[in-house]
Amino acid sequence: MALDEEAVRERAVAFLAAHDPAGDRLEFLRARFDAGLAWVHFPEGLGGLGAARELQHVVEHELAGTPQINPGLQTIGLGMAAPTILAFGTDEQRGRFLRPLWTGEEIWCQLFSEPGAGSDLATLGTRAVRDAGEWVVDGQKVWTSGAHHSRWAILVARTDPDVPKHRGLTYFVCDMHAPGVEVRPLRQITGEAEFNEVFLTGVRLGDDLRLGEIGDGWRVAQTTLMNERVAIGGAPVKRGGGMVGLLSEVWRSRPEARTHDLHQRLLRLWVEAEVTRLAGTRLREQLSAGQPGPEGSGMKLAFASLNQALSGLDVELRGEEGLAYDDWTFRRSEGVDFVGRGSGYRYLRAKGNSIEGGTSEILRNIVAERVLGLPSEPRVDKDVPWKDLPR
Amino acid sequence: MTLLYTEVEEELRASVRDLLTDRCPADAVLKRVESEAPYDMDLWKTLAGDIGVAGLLVPEDYGGAGASAREVAVVLEELGRAVAPLPFFTSSVLATKALLSVGEEDLIQELASGEATAALAVSLAASPYRPLPETVTVTDGGLLNGEIRAVAGADVADVLLVPVGTALYRVEAENARIEVLPSLDLTRPIATVTFSDTPASALGGLDVRSVLNFGAGLLASEQLGVAEWCLGTTLAYIKERRQFARPVGSFQAIKHRMADLWLDVVRARAAARNAADLLSPPDGVEAAGGRELAAAVAKSWCSEVALHVAEESVQLHGGIGMTWEHPVHLYLKRAKATEIALGTPGAHREAVAALADLPAPV
Repeated sequence: MALDEEAVRERAVAFLAAHDPAGDRLEFLRARFDAGLAWVHFPEGLGGLGAARELQHVVEHELAGTPQINPGLQTIGLGMAAPTILAFGTDEQRGRFLRPLWTGEEIWCQLFSEPGAGSDLATLGTRAVRDAGEWVVDGQKVWTSGAHHSRWAILVARTDPDVPKHRGLTYFVCDMHAPGVEVRPLRQITGEAEFNEVFLTGVRLGDDLRLGEIGDGWRVAQTTLMNERVAIGGAPVKRGGGMVGLLSEVWRSRPEARTHDLHQRLLRLWVEAEVTRLAGTRLREQLSAGQPGPEGSGMKLAFASLNQALSGLDVELRGEEGLAYDDWTFRRSEGVDFVGRGSGYRYLRAKGNSIEGGTSEILRNIVAERVLGLPSEPRVDKDVPWKDLPR
Repeated sequence: MTLLYTEVEEELRASVRDLLTDRCPADAVLKRVESEAPYDMDLWKTLAGDIGVAGLLVPEDYGGAGASAREVAVVLEELGRAVAPLPFFTSSVLATKALLSVGEEDLIQELASGEATAALAVSLAASPYRPLPETVTVTDGGLLNGEIRAVAGADVADVLLVPVGTALYRVEAENARIEVLPSLDLTRPIATVTFSDTPASALGGLDVRSVLNFGAGLLASEQLGVAEWCLGTTLAYIKERRQFARPVGSFQAIKHRMADLWLDVVRARAAARNAADLLSPPDGVEAAGGRELAAAVAKSWCSEVALHVAEESVQLHGGIGMTWEHPVHLYLKRAKATEIALGTPGAHREAVAALADLPAPV
């Protein structure tokens, strides 16, 4: 019998009575995890209560103002690694990884994309070869955010080049402190480096770091990617908030910049932002019952095009100010900053929204094939061993 | 509040859909629209009385179901999906809402039972954001004179409800001249209503614009139904239709368009549900989200989506989509007519400008 709202609230209240939020931050977060109040829909013993996902807000409400985790820095861990470990990890792996992942003691990154494998992720070439009960990994990964302060990574590598590409992959947890892991910042069109290139040279991983069966990496990765698309497209905002809110503020504060053309476009985008927000709310209502499905891909598609249109209009509306840029310095940054940075940064960074986490073209294919049931294009690579593919 | 459908709403949908599947298939609608009786009043009796949709908005004390805009919206989705030639929107939504607003207690019971049908005598193109054109006058003796154009549902109404200034008048339809015109929307024809010293009884004061706003917000759900039919029918067709030895639905040029249409419809559903939800509390009880804004957002978005999906549906059907024989043109015509009905998308966006504090250039 799953816990109801009142029972979850009682747990949160009892927890707060027994633990001083003014004490040590980390001790408080560890205790919160152990009390099952980290993510209530996870099983007991793994930071949850086996309760419905939507009851998390009850906990957040009761524990507002207490020490919190850092969702920005922990995005990959919370949004992608955790659900995958929960779904495919052994009891040992779940017990080892989930607690420090949630408290933020250990940061996670994602080693999926490669220079030669973007949209066609399954063609990736990083090799993992068995050697005396361990795996030796060689290859290059790219677009890895947070790699420079990550303790662990989720990694997909090729363990069998003699079978078709989707079947020869295996999913690992990669030790980012292992010898042979080299992280280099990757400068992007906004000037700074939010991402890294990661070079893996003779990196040795124990077989206990394998997640799921050998050769089952593609299926495991699907769980991760579905969660990523929901994470990217699913953040709740209030009406008129988020990116359209920034643009609305500029509009209100600059009567001299207003033209009829800009007004028409602003109103169209405001309405689109609102219906997209409502669809996100509706999707979350659906998800609270079950698991993320391919519908999440649609939200990400909407979010990407909307952000690009809004940020483009923002620069245009600012006129002279839109010609300036806040900072081109090549430096590391901890993530996307759509609120603190200038309009030029927002415009440029939003260009990545239709590329990262599945390009909009790939997402349209996913919607067309998995949601609408349309047939796939004829494929030339499906039954060919990976090593024989033309490249 | 929820943007999902409740179990009760799904049951209502199922019974409406079953009846329409049985009694209102596309080929029957197509035959009917060119006949002497474009509306199917036999079907209406069953739907209004047996299933009870006519009284959804009417409180139980007056013989209605005491339901809300949410249930009405579900019925509208199904009627849109079938382009059903029935006076539900004109009688059970617009006219009934007007009667509820003036506190009328007798006629509303006849409407709720389906015994009588009424129409609000305003142009279907009337905007909730502009004063109605004053084309009807009332004499000291309470007789009406004048003309109202493009009225939907008047030809099957027993009673006309006529706004004059800030008052609402009741006119027996047989005492007015109602001339049906060849109409763009074959399944909801328009008529010119003319009064010449027509006897009328005053029912009370009415803010007709709030009735039109309510209607516009709910029309979004009918548009959602139109869009869903077009999307589903096109999808089925492009899976079957083969060219170049492949289903045409396997080409990315087609698939990507379908994905975009689907995403537009997903958002139309959320917008229509939100409007229905916020329009549900009784007048005077302001819903948290702002009902006027929700209606403006839903009507502007769903108008354009229904029209766009219908237009794409014609295109993706290729030659067959251009024939009279295939019913998609009925949906295109309904979509184009409802784009204009009760405020164009642009009119609703102008309202958003005021409601969301995004002022126009001076």
